[in-house]
Amino acid sequence: MKIVVAIKQVPAHDSQLRIASSGKWIEQADLAYEINEPDAYALEEGLRLKEKHGGEVIALCAGPPRAAQTLREALAKGADRAIHIEVEGLGFDPLATARLLAAVISAEMPDLTLAGLQSDDLGHGQTGVILAELLGLPHATIVMEVEVGDGSLRVKREMENGWFQHVEMPLPAVIAVQSGIGKLRYATLMGIKKARAKEVRRIAAADLGVVAAASGAVVDRVYFPERTGRAQLFGGSPREAAAMLVEKLRFEARAI
Amino acid sequence: MSVLAILEQRAGEWNRMSFETLAAAQQLAGELGVPAGAAVLGGAVQALAAELAGKRLERVYAVEHELLADYTPDGYVLALRQLLDRVKPTLVLFPHTYQVRDFLPKLAASLSRAAVCDAVAHRVEGGQPVLVRQLFQGRLNADVRFSGDGPHFASLQAGAYRADRVVEGSARVEIFTPRMEAKAIRTRPGKPFREAQRAVDLGAAESIVAVGRGIGDARNIELIRRLADILGAELAASRPVCDAGWLPMERQVGSSGQTVAPKMYMAVGISGAIQHLVGMKGARTIVAINKDPNAPIFEAAGYGIVGDLFQVLPELIEAIRKSQ
Repeated sequence: MKIVVAIKQVPAHDSQLRIASSGKWIEQADLAYEINEPDAYALEEGLRLKEKHGGEVIALCAGPPRAAQTLREALAKGADRAIHIEVEGLGFDPLATARLLAAVISAEMPDLTLAGLQSDDLGHGQTGVILAELLGLPHATIVMEVEVGDGSLRVKREMENGWFQHVEMPLPAVIAVQSGIGKLRYATLMGIKKARAKEVRRIAAADLGVVAAASGAVVDRVYFPERTGRAQLFGGSPREAAAMLVEKLRFEARAI
Repeated sequence: MSVLAILEQRAGEWNRMSFETLAAAQQLAGELGVPAGAAVLGGAVQALAAELAGKRLERVYAVEHELLADYTPDGYVLALRQLLDRVKPTLVLFPHTYQVRDFLPKLAASLSRAAVCDAVAHRVEGGQPVLVRQLFQGRLNADVRFSGDGPHFASLQAGAYRADRVVEGSARVEIFTPRMEAKAIRTRPGKPFREAQRAVDLGAAESIVAVGRGIGDARNIELIRRLADILGAELAASRPVCDAGWLPMERQVGSSGQTVAPKMYMAVGISGAIQHLVGMKGARTIVAINKDPNAPIFEAAGYGIVGDLFQVLPELIEAIRKSQ
């Protein structure tokens, strides 16, 4: 079974965000980057399916040169090879990004394409579904279990308020994986060593022949939301803050 | 120019977010000075459409076909493409439900558009709508404008608009029957089901100590457990903690977990993404402990400490012990 996992590199979770002088994105200098966590779950599911059914896992990422590090980590965890679509500044347009990914995926012709449910930076939650449309394939999202049958797939997808549903579809297909589908593995020392010998194919986005058509949505500016919070904040040392909080919880809120 | 709201139902029951979207469509249409319409899809939706006939709308579309009885992304996109051809709206609004997330990007992409998903607010500037989206799980906002010809697509976050603002009136109902064939639908949906009864009912807890990604590692859960024990509180968590297996899924609070409304909810190392906030904002007293002063959780909290939880919690446990 040939599986492509689309992954994205995003600023690390505990990054201190600052607005760039353009007002259109965050200041990128000094930021640490990591794999988008929902995509780490997609990769995990891809690796588990390969362990069960054999085949190949290809990690695919569109991003600037720094994204190569995230692909290396995917290789260290067990992906067989990687494809890096080199593009400076992905922008906000999920359709444009998906068009780049789709150009590579259609050439690879995998049985299954996996994506995380959403990115932790832009949070569009659209890439997997757009990929299915561009590739002309069936899809399912918010998937908690994947069972591979003979030329077909049965997934368990999460609905709202604790409801679930099984959905069957023919392969090839695209699945957007829900976070928590399986416990994430760490790269082993052996894995890291092996990764050095694995192929990372670099493709310049311009060479994919993808027409950059406007998708109808433009970001004017980014900014910190206005805080209207009424929270009483307790400062000072941790001891002083803790004492004040307990005082308030006892005598004002009567909550403890 | 017109605004069309696509409302959601399952088995003849409204998704409650539908009326938030209807209110938003009426509001936007009013501000833009254009008509608003609404549509509902399904196998048999005329009873639901009749309910919409009592709202202030130009037209209500009951989109019916036996192949729409169970939701599939192929079926919904096929039907909606035909409806959009018929109605020609400029702006199409959806509730940001799990179902909409499953088909809206496909619908938009099929028309070479990208949808603006999960918008939290809007304003009208120069006769055009500007939508506000959250980035970095609520830590940052972005203003998004549409460019070029419609139809433009947007989905609206739960709670961003108030369902009780829907304006009554009257609307004509049109039954719209899309042309569809069974072979065009590639996925086979099964009957929705629920998992076995949850062992932990957080909904009954008087007080809850909830932990988020800030705890860093499963080994540190013990510190949270000590705090919960001394408060006699139930232990809960945000989604990433359960995804990582540090606490069982049944202790998750939020849109994909349990909804709680205890007397006290103490959120430790939880940034406060909307998916978490919807599950706990009904708590009477909310306390937040987080090292990021910009974390959205401080918006929901009544009391807070900005600081490193590993320094604050031992002091807090000690302070509670002394006060008892």
